[in-house]
Amino acid sequence: MTHLGKALMLTVALGLGACTSADRFGPGAGGAGAGAGGLYGPGAGGDISQSALDPASPAYFQETIGDRVLFLVDQSSLTGEAQATLAQQAQWLQRNPEYTAIIEGHADEQGTREYNLALGERRANAARDYLVSQGVSAGRLRTVSYGKERPIEICSDEACYRQNRRAVTVVASGLTS
Amino acid sequence: MKLIRLLTLALAALTLALPAAAQQGDGPLRIEITEGVIEPLPFAIPTFEAENEAAQEWAQRITQVVADDLTGTGLFRQIPRDAFIENVTEFSPNVQYANWKAINAQALITGAVSVTPDGQLNVKFRLFDVFSERPLGDGLQFGGTTNSWRRIAHKVADAVYSRITGESGYFDSRVVFVSERGPKNDRLKRLAVMDYDGANLQYLTDGADLVLAPRFSPDGERVLYTSYETGFPQIYELNVGTVTRTPLPVPAEAMSFAPRYAPDGRTIIFSLAQGGNTDIYRLRPGAGQPERLTTAPSIETAPSFSPDGSQIVFESDRSGTPQLYVMPASGGEAQRISFGPGRYGTPVWSPRGDLIAFTKQNAGRFHIGVMRTDGSEERLLTASFLDEGPTWAPNGRVLMFTRETAGAAGEPALYSVDISGRNLRRVPTDGAASDPAWSPLLP
Repeated sequence: MTHLGKALMLTVALGLGACTSADRFGPGAGGAGAGAGGLYGPGAGGDISQSALDPASPAYFQETIGDRVLFLVDQSSLTGEAQATLAQQAQWLQRNPEYTAIIEGHADEQGTREYNLALGERRANAARDYLVSQGVSAGRLRTVSYGKERPIEICSDEACYRQNRRAVTVVASGLTS
Repeated sequence: MKLIRLLTLALAALTLALPAAAQQGDGPLRIEITEGVIEPLPFAIPTFEAENEAAQEWAQRITQVVADDLTGTGLFRQIPRDAFIENVTEFSPNVQYANWKAINAQALITGAVSVTPDGQLNVKFRLFDVFSERPLGDGLQFGGTTNSWRRIAHKVADAVYSRITGESGYFDSRVVFVSERGPKNDRLKRLAVMDYDGANLQYLTDGADLVLAPRFSPDGERVLYTSYETGFPQIYELNVGTVTRTPLPVPAEAMSFAPRYAPDGRTIIFSLAQGGNTDIYRLRPGAGQPERLTTAPSIETAPSFSPDGSQIVFESDRSGTPQLYVMPASGGEAQRISFGPGRYGTPVWSPRGDLIAFTKQNAGRFHIGVMRTDGSEERLLTASFLDEGPTWAPNGRVLMFTRETAGAAGEPALYSVDISGRNLRRVPTDGAASDPAWSPLLP
């Protein structure tokens, strides 16, 4: 569902969004997860990074602006870095009013299933509230929590956990929920 | 002359004082489960007599299941048949006690099986206290179709267990759980139901949608669970017999999850998350809107009713970390009951009402534990990288839970442990499994 078109990809070294670290996931590392493909397109690893050129494309939103913000352990408050990313997301959403967004909240695997669902919802709402405070209409945003059900990194160390404690803004055109 | 041979000893008084009712018995052959059995009770179970030709195979299979049920508790040890001095070939109230005493069989279980041409199975059994040289209870028989042969065997084992321990049994029961496939970052999850011992597996959903945490109704006929069918977590009620489901009537714009039935089987409590705040609600489908039971800005989730329906135990991080609280069933002031180091979650009230089982996270480890309902006498029963989500056996003496291994190849499996912390064992499932919920004892 988080797959969006990856048209107009060019090899422009713009640097990935603030929260995307080196791609340790790599093609073929543990199956092509349905939810994991969007961020790390084929060939995204190595020395050459690629970004979308068309600033109105969802790919640009995902890769250049950065579609996700990360959280500290057990926290749902936004770091300065997260706020900066969300401010850019908000600008993009205002420039591209035909898009709506679902904000997915996630947790790492440390914690019970139920608590992590609630924590993910808190995180998604923290991101949503920030977008709204930056002028995005609340009617264009929905939130959902996956708790610890959809990790993108699968090791059981902090290196992975920090990538999994996230809120991901998934944009889609049309269809207001 | 009655000889009381408790198998056990010590320990218990220090750890958990249990209700007096559990300690009283009228038979001499007796296991006190709560005292932590050190030495399993040796029993002999000659293959049940086949009363007609057609019953031959059934007799063997049924005897095996009865023996497996008993040994699986960790409280009993089966004496190998090649040690027998005599075999029992006739289902009779008279036995040669000396021959069983000589091989130190403390209990002797005999039985007989017959099958009618139209597939009706009849199983009779007797239980003997060898050292007291007398039957323990009357002979009993169970009937049913050959399709239900496992249930009949479980009922025999339940009767034996019950006569020796003084507790009700739990073998004739089912477990609903989440069957998992695929890598950690792309898990496919399906609801499944099976007998408590892993037999008769049946899938209830097809895996198209993420499903979580099923819970049995008190009559065992329905299951509540959370599904992402709409793209958002919502609670559904599924009829296990017809495998049809209906969504719970809750506001679609909110996330609903962590459902459980009240003892009345109709009222449902669950969590509703909206605007970054998760609270506990109560709903009687068909009788009005969900009623909000907690109002704090913190996370309130994982509610579970006391068996008398008067109270609810739940998890809240209102103190800063997740802890356990008890409140009246209608909401209102909650009392914190967990005070140890670490974080507590997924509390579940024992069907006996005496204990609350929970998940505890402390110093990088997860535990399944039990405490009294006022939070006293906390005891941790397990420890691992990730143990969570306990569910009670219908007799309140055994817990099943999810244990997940660490790392990129980590997978969940179902485990059970008794409330003394003994007899930790993996429950056989077809692949990875999580979120077990035990049914009541079947009728």
